[in-house]
Amino acid sequence: MTTYILRRLVLMVPVAFLVTVGVFMLIHLSPGDPALIILGEDRSPQAIAQVHRELGLDKPLYVQYVIWLGRTVHGDLGRSITTNQPVSIAIGERLPATIELGMVALLWSLIVAIPLGTIAAVRRGSLADQVATGITVAGVSIPNFFIGIVLIFVLSVTLRIFPFGGYVPFAQDPFENIRHVILPAIALGTAGAAINMRFTRSSMIEVLNHDYIRTARAKGASWRRVVFVHALKNALIPVVTIVGLQIGGIIEGAVVTETVFTWPGVGRLAVESIFDRDYTVVQGIVLLAAFSYMAANLLVDIVYAWLDPRISYA
Amino acid sequence: MSNAPAVVAALQPIRRIRIPLLELARTHRRVTVSAVLVALLFLVALAAPVIAPHDPLATSPDNSYLPPLSPGHLLGSDELGRDLLSRILWGARVSLPVAFVAVAVGLVGGGIVGMLSGYAGGIADLLLMRLIDALLAFPGLILAIAIVAALGPGLRNAMIAIGVVAIPGYARLVRALVLQLKQMEFVTATRSLGATPMRLILGHLIPNLLNPIIVQISLSAGFAILAEATLSFLGLGAQVPTPDWGQMINTGSGFLDNDPWLAIVPGAAISLTVYAFNLLGDSLRDALDPRLRS
Repeated sequence: MTTYILRRLVLMVPVAFLVTVGVFMLIHLSPGDPALIILGEDRSPQAIAQVHRELGLDKPLYVQYVIWLGRTVHGDLGRSITTNQPVSIAIGERLPATIELGMVALLWSLIVAIPLGTIAAVRRGSLADQVATGITVAGVSIPNFFIGIVLIFVLSVTLRIFPFGGYVPFAQDPFENIRHVILPAIALGTAGAAINMRFTRSSMIEVLNHDYIRTARAKGASWRRVVFVHALKNALIPVVTIVGLQIGGIIEGAVVTETVFTWPGVGRLAVESIFDRDYTVVQGIVLLAAFSYMAANLLVDIVYAWLDPRISYA
Repeated sequence: MSNAPAVVAALQPIRRIRIPLLELARTHRRVTVSAVLVALLFLVALAAPVIAPHDPLATSPDNSYLPPLSPGHLLGSDELGRDLLSRILWGARVSLPVAFVAVAVGLVGGGIVGMLSGYAGGIADLLLMRLIDALLAFPGLILAIAIVAALGPGLRNAMIAIGVVAIPGYARLVRALVLQLKQMEFVTATRSLGATPMRLILGHLIPNLLNPIIVQISLSAGFAILAEATLSFLGLGAQVPTPDWGQMINTGSGFLDNDPWLAIVPGAAISLTVYAFNLLGDSLRDALDPRLRS
């Protein structure tokens, strides 16, 4: 197992290198000179040259990359071009809200997906299965921002059950925190629910055809016990893969959902920074998103290998 | 020449794998329904200038905020009095070409990378696949947003960004299929008959890649439409006054109190379009998968 993990880590090195090159180049592909954004009205050649020196933009590109990479591995992502706040602090302040939203969304997706996926598999070909399959395709076809807007219209504007946006920290008011997180979590988690349901269904169908299930039935175990105790545990192994990737991709979904619900997380910060042309913040968020996604991939592979002994470590 | 019958025989099973699309549509109801839906969407996009009752950009302040089923405005009008139905119909002319271009970028870019990687193998395969792994390390939408952030907001840049995001999917698929096909007897036979690599690729490998590629095109078109709508909703894709569905939802979300249809109608249009493409991809995959067919 240790060899397997080491091998996976070694394979990640060239990919991580290319990712950092890509993220570094983001600022250099961008139109305009970052110095002009920082300076605003004062655009004298001396001032521009001064900013270039401070940012290291007067050095050759590969030197700039090495300096940037050196700082980045030490957690220094630079300073925001617009607010001058360290990027790592700006992201760190917003990250807890994004993680909370992502986790509640994931919980919602699993609460929906596992029972519905199991029912669809057990009653394969029935009306319930066809409805569940239809919901699956619909779930991945409806944009999450549209789900959010419909939820706001029905549950906030019309029925006035939930607030239509904003955020209250849990430490400040737990009840209000939960009220505020429910709608964005449903909007964010619905596509994931559809995907997880599909995985649960197909995995469950496969597991239910195994010999050990037939044996369990032959020994007199009830169908309910066979499905929920014997089959479900094994059927959920592939679901672990996709759930792991969903955890790694939280920031991706949060970009849109946080914008719709004015949720003060990393996703909304990314959108605000793009409009402010605050490339250092955008760079930091893209880097965080890519590395959390890679880390999730790695963890999923390890957990999967650990859960399923048939997977070769060689 | 004496090998010719053996070569022909070796080719037969491969040829049988391919199933004519018309036959598929006849035997698989879901394929037919989704293909008809997609065809209708393309028809709407083509015929929008003829069937749209109004100019999608013409403002009429006296007719603003008309509810659906108003005289002369079947789906109502927006805050500037523009006819919503006309904007929805013209919106198809934005979304579908974006999907087309993005899929083309993904297909050509990913297809070339996958073919080179799978066919050449060795160091080329190793390097190209690490590049693809690096692209896959970014969540799709984040990569698209990063590219648009770098190139600047706009429909053209959104198309490029979504196309780049689609490249790894095609590259991985084509590489896997080429590796599989390379092991087959008909490839060895064609090679031993003296076929050049180009002839082998164009005449024998590509035709055998078509079925899975068609499925991937359909699914990635759905993704492209969804991604374009998302970028436009965020203000990074189509810009005002372009009649774009994502951008219309963005504007409409400010009027949910009294005029919810301004956001709901374009949202339904996006959902239906993406649903049609996903359903087509899904049903084609089911129909074309030999394991499921048997």
